[in-house]
Amino acid sequence: MRFSGLRVLKEGLTGNKGWGAHWRDASPREAYDVVIIGGGGHGLSTAYYLAKNHGITNVAVLEKGYLGGGNIGRNTTIVRANYMLPGNAEFYSHSLKLWEGLEQELNYNVMMSQRGQIVLFHSDGQRDALARKGNAMLGQGDDAEMLSREGVRRHLPYLDFDNARFPIYGGILQRRAGTARHDAVAWGFARGASDRGVDLIQNCEVTGIDIENGTVRGVQTTRGAIRAKKVAIIVAGRSSQVAAMAGMRLPIESHVLQAFVSEGLKPAINHVVSFGMEHFYISQSDKGGLVFGGHLDMYASYAARGNLPGVEHVMEAGMALMPMVGKAKVLRAWGGIMDMSPDGSPIIDKTPTEGLFLNCGWNYGGFKAVPASGWATAHLVATGTPHETAGKFRLDRFRTGYGLMDEEASGAQHNLH
Amino acid sequence: MRITCPTCGERDRREFYYAGAAVALDRPDAGAPPEAWDDYLHNRDNPAGVTRDLWYHEYGCAAWVVVTRNTVTHEVLKTELASDVKGQGNAG
Repeated sequence: MRFSGLRVLKEGLTGNKGWGAHWRDASPREAYDVVIIGGGGHGLSTAYYLAKNHGITNVAVLEKGYLGGGNIGRNTTIVRANYMLPGNAEFYSHSLKLWEGLEQELNYNVMMSQRGQIVLFHSDGQRDALARKGNAMLGQGDDAEMLSREGVRRHLPYLDFDNARFPIYGGILQRRAGTARHDAVAWGFARGASDRGVDLIQNCEVTGIDIENGTVRGVQTTRGAIRAKKVAIIVAGRSSQVAAMAGMRLPIESHVLQAFVSEGLKPAINHVVSFGMEHFYISQSDKGGLVFGGHLDMYASYAARGNLPGVEHVMEAGMALMPMVGKAKVLRAWGGIMDMSPDGSPIIDKTPTEGLFLNCGWNYGGFKAVPASGWATAHLVATGTPHETAGKFRLDRFRTGYGLMDEEASGAQHNLH
Repeated sequence: MRITCPTCGERDRREFYYAGAAVALDRPDAGAPPEAWDDYLHNRDNPAGVTRDLWYHEYGCAAWVVVTRNTVTHEVLKTELASDVKGQGNAG
């Protein structure tokens, strides 16, 4: 089934009865070339690019719940390429380029909206730091514009520019950044993978990883044993549990990050806006809800919900930045489970077990990485060598201390990011 | 989430600074192999369930508290002064 304007018109005129399922709900077979554990954004994009870029289609994606039911459906949908350090910069740059062509690539409306992101600064020191970051973004080939205070005012007239504690000095604008419909991203990659022969298997929880003489042989699941030549663990949020099945102890701590959606409002906020002095960022969904969030609650958690101090902090920061949101009612709040790595950057690498691969540690930034992460992981699984955009996402960088990517310069230790 | 400080009683979570898994109680010896230090600094059990972590009662009595709690429910099961627990191993 291909989507097109003509098809939408035809279905509209004939009662929308011709739309079928977007992918096959497959049952597990005995053996595959590649088994991907995790049917989230990263797992599905890995399956898609394995099939599309490498012609490897004898692949199963095993999902313990339903496709796209984890963090890919529980984020704030922001897409950007504003990283500074080598290793991260080229990777997120690649991801944004893939985002820009994703709808045509997948023939699927992921509602990619390049509405621009503005990161604000509130002091001279912050201006210098953001100018440096902006230059790094330009050096990487991405876009960044320094906005004066008046420049920010033209875009965001509703901010509290003269806030006594956090006056706004200016901002940095990346016009190509924006938002995308997160569920549709999962569905689009799922459909593309399924159409190329990949088996997408839901309600199939992996309970063990079979390893013989240091080589992976397959997995045990709630739907039986499945043999595989290669296995990729792509389960950010549950990485420690699945990796433990292969005898690994990861440099990951799981934390909760809360997010919120208001009632639907008329269009008011046309960008992604990030406060520079506190953790608060906001955009408005196409349905009209204000989508916003802040920082981690700062304790290890798998509860998928946070506590009230975190809620209060986000609301206070929002009110300090844009008091106009104070009258909006919050409809929903939730917590995502974040794979926090010591340096705040991800891991895409081989493991000590032959044929077993690991994709994890996305911290609070996994959504925008989905296309490039799948691209790079598929490359690694297919060829055995890291993709050029993801060669620094090594698992051993903490042990060796070489190649750490600590964007915040807060130290490569847990609980500092 | 409320945490019972062994010296101050039950207090709001905001009075405490979170310092991560209670591995700090089992610091390797200076001559320990690099793997032990890698485990100590970076690698974590990170359980979905009962865990032990260290909290510093920053806005209270300044005690270091070992909190046994459930990461899935946020239930706090037990709190002890770190000074009473240190050196007993199995810190988590």
